[in-house]
Amino acid sequence: MPALEQVGRNPQRQPPTSLVSRSLPRWAPLGALAAGALVAAAASAALGPTVAGFAIMTVVAGSLVLVGASAAVEGRRRATDRTASILVTGAFLLALAPLVSLLWTVVTRGLGRFDAEFFTFSMTGVAGAGGGAFHALVGTLVITALATVISVPIGLMTGVYLVEYGHGRLARAITFLVDVMTGIPSIVAGLFAVALFTLFLGPGVRLGIMGSVALSVLMIPLVVRSTEEMLKLVPNELREASYALGVPKWLTIVKVVLRTAVGGIATGVSLAIARVLGETAPLLLTTGLTSGTNWNPFEGRMASLPIFAWYQYVQPGIPIQPFIDRAWTAALVLILLVMAFNLLARLISRFFAPKAG
Amino acid sequence: MRTRSAGRQGDRLFRGSATLAGTLILVTLAGVAAFLVYEALPAFVPEPGRAGTGLGLASYVWPLLYGTLVSSAIALLVGAPLGVGIALFISHFAPRRLSTVLGYVVDLLAAVPSIVYGLWGVTTFAPALVPVYAWLERHAGFVPLFAGPTSPTGRTILTAGLVLAVMILPVVTAITRDIFLQTPRLHEEAALALGATRWEMITYAVLPYARSGIVSASMLGLGRALGETMAVALLLSASGGVTLNLISTANPGTIAANIALQFPESTGIDTNVLVATGLVLFVVTFAVNLAARAIVNRRAEFSGAN
Amino acid sequence: MAKRIDVSDLDIYYDDFLAVEKVTMTIEPRTVTALIGPSGCGKSTFLRSLNRMHEVIPRAHVSGKVIMDGQDIYGHDVDPVDVRRSIGMVFQRPNPFPTMSIRENVLAGSRLNNRRMKRSDAEDLTERALRGANLWEEVKDRLDRPGSGLSGGQQQRLCIARAIAVRPSVLLMDEPCSALDPVSTLAIEDLIAELKQDYTIVIVTHNMQQASRVSDETGFFTIAGTGKPGRLVEMSDTATMFSNPSQKATEDYVSGRFG
Repeated sequence: MPALEQVGRNPQRQPPTSLVSRSLPRWAPLGALAAGALVAAAASAALGPTVAGFAIMTVVAGSLVLVGASAAVEGRRRATDRTASILVTGAFLLALAPLVSLLWTVVTRGLGRFDAEFFTFSMTGVAGAGGGAFHALVGTLVITALATVISVPIGLMTGVYLVEYGHGRLARAITFLVDVMTGIPSIVAGLFAVALFTLFLGPGVRLGIMGSVALSVLMIPLVVRSTEEMLKLVPNELREASYALGVPKWLTIVKVVLRTAVGGIATGVSLAIARVLGETAPLLLTTGLTSGTNWNPFEGRMASLPIFAWYQYVQPGIPIQPFIDRAWTAALVLILLVMAFNLLARLISRFFAPKAG
Repeated sequence: MRTRSAGRQGDRLFRGSATLAGTLILVTLAGVAAFLVYEALPAFVPEPGRAGTGLGLASYVWPLLYGTLVSSAIALLVGAPLGVGIALFISHFAPRRLSTVLGYVVDLLAAVPSIVYGLWGVTTFAPALVPVYAWLERHAGFVPLFAGPTSPTGRTILTAGLVLAVMILPVVTAITRDIFLQTPRLHEEAALALGATRWEMITYAVLPYARSGIVSASMLGLGRALGETMAVALLLSASGGVTLNLISTANPGTIAANIALQFPESTGIDTNVLVATGLVLFVVTFAVNLAARAIVNRRAEFSGAN
Repeated sequence: MAKRIDVSDLDIYYDDFLAVEKVTMTIEPRTVTALIGPSGCGKSTFLRSLNRMHEVIPRAHVSGKVIMDGQDIYGHDVDPVDVRRSIGMVFQRPNPFPTMSIRENVLAGSRLNNRRMKRSDAEDLTERALRGANLWEEVKDRLDRPGSGLSGGQQQRLCIARAIAVRPSVLLMDEPCSALDPVSTLAIEDLIAELKQDYTIVIVTHNMQQASRVSDETGFFTIAGTGKPGRLVEMSDTATMFSNPSQKATEDYVSGRFG
């Protein structure tokens, strides 16, 4: 690696004669921040105070003070190092801001209608306040469950094919297409389902199953990928041990390979479910919305949480507030559902983690 | 020793169903392409008195494609460096024990459904940006990008791009973080042993190793941004038309958001036109993902790892 | 139940690369046959071709004959799965199934094949196999604990128990002690000496002391150079091979002047 040699050969850098070089004290960053706050306070007084402006100026001025002090005391290299640390840490904090703001917004606005009625009533006959999203909750669960039922066998068996059987052109083609499928925009998946069902049932049809098919297009590549990764982690020695006992290949795969990888695969499936649970765009095109509860994905329109939130928000009635409130609560419930599945994935992976002893 | 036994039949059956599942994916994808083309076809045939058919399709798609590309470019410019920074923070700056927790936090960003980003963007983020845009117009108005007049709602293409940036952060971060963590420890220790500071170690050992990974992660993020629908549909107030102005009330729409907004109410030839725009989106994201894949594969060939 | 194996003119390929060339040898029942030779000479490949484990690798194949009990194991109608049931194998690194308990590991051969077994028969078989592998006393109180919790040497004996629980006629061992400490190695070598009363044993080893300690017959493999096929130089009873080999190459190898 040539870059490394440059560090060593750097002619300006003399070998240190002492192991103790001048450096800033440990409290330097805090001190710099305090100095920055002073500067910011002065600037705020002059320009007109806002909380955000004060915070930003504090951080910027504090960083400049720290880097300046470092350059003066510790030299250019340490100053660059500190600049990089500040930038990288700053990037992280900057990313936290929208997350915190988003969660705060959703929770504060969503709690208003987070009540029993919301979870037990549909929107049948509701014109203003009241009503609930029971029908949408049912729809989301039915559509997602059906999508899982379609995706898991196909995705799992494809993963098995790619790792255990495929070595030729077909396997390469499938790997490539799974990559392509991973990148399909969700709205295009929705269009596909529409086009497919239009062909057989005519235009304008809206069914729960259409939504499941669209979600499957998004879910299958996720299941294939996680299955593939988990199967590759199963050591070959276990397959050989099983073959050497006179176990046929398919039983080896089912009872040794899949059994060993089941935790990882289940984790991957839960993550895939979490990923498609909040998908809105494909459902907007395929399942439509109803105000009543529909348990049958093969008959008629079907509500779902994201679509419910969408229409409550973009096509509210009068008065407007109850509709907006329901939209936020639906968003909150959706986030909670997605997080529940993420949590489930972590629990599964912990539960199946290899135990010794 | 018996001859061919029942095990053989089980083997054939199992192998058959595995192959079938794999082939089904081939068929599905061919189906996606074929059905889209089939449904889009009528839009390519000019229909008198219909805008958006035949050659008119190009002038219908172009502003939408422009809006898609601009918002995704903003997302890429903001989201990719930020994502790489976060990944570096998690892999090399944060205390070891903290880094797993921080990883979860970033994954949490990925768990938020896109419609929720849209709701948040419209009610919280866009209004918060209005003073910033006003400031930009006052002080940087001579740049065409910030010419104004500032949108009073803040629901501009720049806001859409910034929300998309937040949405692609977890994608970029997750991939680059994994690559940073895979940097051979020997390279890192070699750099440190030569007296490098932490940042020098990163520029000499970590970043060169991860370069193509960063590029492909950004491309995958770009692909995500191109196809993102609901957040943009909710928060962007699109008026159509192609403009350089990022902060005014005149904003181009995006392909995906346009489909979501128009499709539920459309019938007949309008549907076909929308599917045709979807086809354009499919082709663009396909190209971007292909490029990302090619970069990853080239890296795999050079890395010597298997 | 031990059986005799006659190998004649066996060529072993990976794809179109000839890895081992024209091996002809006879493996006697109730004896321990050791295969020695430098790394890469094809002795492990040859061992794996004796129970058709070789063909698990994609595009690997053989030509020639391996006759056991009058039947060619590479015959047209022969199912490799059945071959492996009568010719068991123990690997270089102990590989108990991590998801199974000690008991389940021992019974894996029948459990994985969906064979039903009466509870008492299963108990019986477990004890017999574990006693056979000299492991019973050490694990009889924790049969339901994971097999991966045992020490390396115990794990390897568990793998031997698992192999003999299928009741094979022949036991192939691919450097079974190379991942073990000296004490565990000794335990396995003692076990091999006992097992040979019931089984035909073929063992690949890098360790020439081990070959001279445990085996009755020894075959020496070597390779002319990289890219060339490995071949069997000579085979004879162990005492002769180590004291008075007929080939110069063998003498150089066993006396440490080569490899």
